[in-house]
Parts: sequence; structure tokens; C-alpha cells
Amino acid sequence: MYASLPRFLLRRLLTGILVLWGAVTVTFFAVSAAGDQVDAILGPQAANLPGLRERVAAEYGLDRPLPVQYLDRLASLATGDFGRSYQRSQPVTRLLGSQILPTLQLALSAALVGLLLALIATVITAGRGRIVRTGTSVFEVLAVAVPPFWLGILLLSLFSFNLRWFPAFGSHGISGLVLPTLALAIPLAGVLAQVMRQELELVEGRPFVLSARARGQSRLGLLLRHTLRHALLPATTMSAWVLGTLVGGAVLVEKVFSRPGLGTVLVNAVQHRDTPVVSAVVILAALIFVVANALADMLYPVIDARLRETSRA
Amino acid sequence: MSATTAAFDTARPRWRATRGSHILLAISTLAVALIVALLLFPGVFAPYAPDTNDVQHTFSPPSSTHYLGTDQLGRDVFSRLVYGARYSVTTGLVATAIAVVAGSLAGLTAAAGSRLADALIMRLTDVWMAFPEVLLALLVIALIGTGSTQIAVAIGVAAVPYYGRLVRGQALAVTKAEYVEAAKILGVPAWRYVLRHVLPNVGGPVVVLASLGTGSAIAAAAGLSLLGLGPLPPTPEWGVMLAEGQTYLANAWWIAVFPGLAIVVVVLVSTTLGRSLQARSLR
Repeated sequence: MYASLPRFLLRRLLTGILVLWGAVTVTFFAVSAAGDQVDAILGPQAANLPGLRERVAAEYGLDRPLPVQYLDRLASLATGDFGRSYQRSQPVTRLLGSQILPTLQLALSAALVGLLLALIATVITAGRGRIVRTGTSVFEVLAVAVPPFWLGILLLSLFSFNLRWFPAFGSHGISGLVLPTLALAIPLAGVLAQVMRQELELVEGRPFVLSARARGQSRLGLLLRHTLRHALLPATTMSAWVLGTLVGGAVLVEKVFSRPGLGTVLVNAVQHRDTPVVSAVVILAALIFVVANALADMLYPVIDARLRETSRA
Repeated sequence: MSATTAAFDTARPRWRATRGSHILLAISTLAVALIVALLLFPGVFAPYAPDTNDVQHTFSPPSSTHYLGTDQLGRDVFSRLVYGARYSVTTGLVATAIAVVAGSLAGLTAAAGSRLADALIMRLTDVWMAFPEVLLALLVIALIGTGSTQIAVAIGVAAVPYYGRLVRGQALAVTKAEYVEAAKILGVPAWRYVLRHVLPNVGGPVVVLASLGTGSAIAAAAGLSLLGLGPLPPTPEWGVMLAEGQTYLANAWWIAVFPGLAIVVVVLVSTTLGRSLQARSLR
């Protein structure tokens, strides 16, 4: 599979573009199948005014045949044009541009903290007795079961309203980021720790672990130098899914913490059936998924020496 | 949904059933029975009506008269949670049912149909899975409007590819079995051996995934209601209660905390049931 790295990366790039094209196509036809977009733009009151429908349809290019609209959509997306918001009548890119950074910031910090928590939990509990392991798996199952939006409410209630350690609203630099990050990171850490520990325990039965121990390698040295790499592999495979889930979860957590970001814009757009805005966010999320998958592919050889050897040959 | 799906995908056969898993199965089955009883006869469990205002006792903390306290209108939080299960749990169940039916249809078509149909369906699930589920659900709601039914449809649509993949994989494995080969050679039409042989054998894993998925569907539904896309207040739906309670978090934590706890309990029950079923089937 890694016989030729450039060719492999090229193939992944093509698959990524295909997935993106599919994402654009699915959203386009879903939107046009869901009903007349002019109704969504005008709302129920204005829809019956004479001549207005035609004018609006012409303004948004909705009077053209569907295949033409589709090709036009593809062409404009290729140049980074996501169309115009029905509700605010301004380009979607301008509407989302200022809001996407706080959301990405939240999602990325949650990804880092989640991975860190999972690593700590894995290192501390690996190879321990039954009680410690049962305890952690109970904790992990709990962490996975807790929805981030409710964890956010718990953290707010405890640390903002009772202890007053952190601000309750808005995004005041780092201190405003701590609680929303934790709300997203703890459930994520639960998922990652489960997967990583399962892999770690599987690897610990391998002969090379026994031979390393026989050479006098300490338990910690073995973990850091050999086995933890194996545990990181499934986490790497999941990274694209993790980022997507975090962006989705961020929408809810932002609402709980009244943070600026995609959440507010998106929910407003969903309520007013502003499909260009919603499709743009969905397509951006698919783009993040594709890019994260590509990055994961490039990370595999860094983590796993076996893949490095073959790619050099 | 995805959290449990990921855990499901990575489960390894070496995870054997132990005595513990029998106990967990018994406990989770009992819990499911209790939830069903709540859904059918909320009046038996709830000491008050869900919408009775009591202006004398607003914001009462949890006590022996109001187990989980009262809200800003003096309504009993515990009773509202009991009645609200009808909205929250049912939405999750309907969403999962939609995903199971549509996913099984797609998966069986891919496994039994032509090579082209298989390739098309599988590429479509690839694209589908590139969208985060919450965002995909939001897109569906933008297209079909807000409300309980719409939320169920949206969450169901977002979960379809996971069931499709599972059913296709299982069905392909079964199709290679000798008795199916025999049926094919005897000239049994595809739809018939799919219904007679493939579907019953695919059922087990689907039940496991559906059990794991129902909990996350319920949590997702509450999340979408929290955003104001589901039923409107004063419906005692759990997400709506969370959203209402959040306003009073500074002085009455119980209004928002207990609906979330209800969601966590239901998710735990569904996860435990799914996992102990899974452990049994791997034995």
C-alpha cells in the first residue's frame, strides 16, 4: 500500500476531491428537492405579492434550469464562492468568515485536551490491577454517556456560579475557553481512552513486548518507546471523525456558554431555512473531514516505523 | 450516535462474556422495562401533573414533597421529567427506527444487488459519513422545518450510513455461506433468499448497534431541542427543560441539571444493554 508514497498521496487527494464533490452534489440536490427556494427566501407573507417571486428568483438565479444551477454552483464553489444568504442578503463567506475562528479554536483546543486526558488515563491505568481498570472503564463509560452540552451546564453551575472561578458568558480570552473546552474534551477523552486501552492491551500480549522486558526495559520505558505508539494508531484513524464531532458538538456548547461562533449563525440560519448558509457549513465540515483524513495518512509513517521502512524501499 | 458506533467498530472478539455481562444484561433489561412503563403510564409515577403551576412554591430546591425541586412556575421537575420521557425517548426511538429501516434496505441492496449498485451505495455512505452527524441533522431540519417529528427524521437520516455499512458487511458474509450458495444454485430469486436467510442472520448485530445508537439518538434529539429546533415550551421535553433551566442556573441549578441527568441515565441504559447483548453474541 505504501509502495510509492507520492502515488498513494495523489490517490488520497483524488478520493478526497471525490468525497467533496459528492458532498456538494448531495447537499445541492437535497436542497432543491426540499421545495421551492423562493418560498424560503420570501417567507409566508410576501410569497403572494405579484411579480415579487419572479424578481427574487431571477436575483438568486433560481429561474434557470436545475442542471445549469448545479454547474454554476460547482463553478462558484471552486472559486470559494458559497453563494448569498437568503436571510441577510450578503455573501455566505462574509457571514461565516468572522464566526469560524472561535469555533475552530474551541474544537482544536478540545481535541488537544481530550487526547492529553486520554493519554494520561491510558498511561496511568495500563497494566494495573483489576480494580483500577474496572474503575477507569466505569469512568470512561460515564464520560462517553454525558452529552457535552449538559456537561457544560454542570461546569457552569459549579465553577462559574458557585465557585466563580471562570466567567459564565462570552469568550474572555483563555479563561473563557477553559470550561467549553472541558465540556467537549471529557466525553472525547472517554471515547479515545477506551479505544487506546483496548489496543494497548492487545499489543501487550505480543512477543516483542516480552523480549523488550527480558532485555531489561522498564515498564514505563516500554510504554513510551514501544507500546504507546500502537495505541496512538486507532486514535489517528479516528481523528477526522473526532474533529467533525467536535465541530458539531461545539455548536451546542457555544449555545450553552453564549459564545460567539458558527453555532449562533447556524441555528439562526436553520430556523429561517437559510439553506445557503447551512449547506456552506456542512460542506466546510466535509472539507475538514477530508483534510484531517489526509493529515492522518501522513502521520501514520511518523508513528509506525513499519510503514516508514516500506515507503523508503 | 458516533461515539457508540466507534466503540462498536473497534470491539474485538477476544472480549468474552463473563458473569458480569449477564448481571448487566439483567439490570439493563429491567431498566428498559421501567422506561417503557414510564412511557406508557407516566401518571402512575409522577406525583403531580407536568403543567400545574404553583406560584407559592417557585424555585423550591429538591425536598420530600418535590423530589427534584420546582421550576420558575412552581411546576414539579420530577413529574415533568416523567411526562417528558414521552417526547425525548420516543424521538430517539423513532430516529433509530428510521435509521435501521433505511440502513438495512441500503445495505441489503448493496450486498445482493449488482456491482454498480454496491459501488454507488458505498460511495454515497462515504460521502454521508464525511458530514458530522449534528451538522447533517441541522441541514435536514433547515430543509424540512422544526419540530419533534422533524428532529427524529433528521437524526435518523444522519445515522443511516452506519447501519448500511454494518448490514452490507454482515450480509456479504452470510451470502458466502453454503446454504445461501445452495439456495442460489436451486434458483431461488434474490429477494427471497435475502428475506429468508440473510435478513435473520444480519439481525443480531443490527439490534446491538440499534441499542447502542438509541441512547445517542435521544441525547442528540435533546441537543437539537436545546437549540430551539424541537417542541416549544411548555412541552416537558428534556432538551426544552434544559434550555429553560439554564436561564436560572445561577440560583436554581436543579431545573437544568436533572433533565441532563435523565438523558445520561437513558444513554447508560442503552449502552449497557447494547454492550451486554454484544458480549453475549460474541460468546
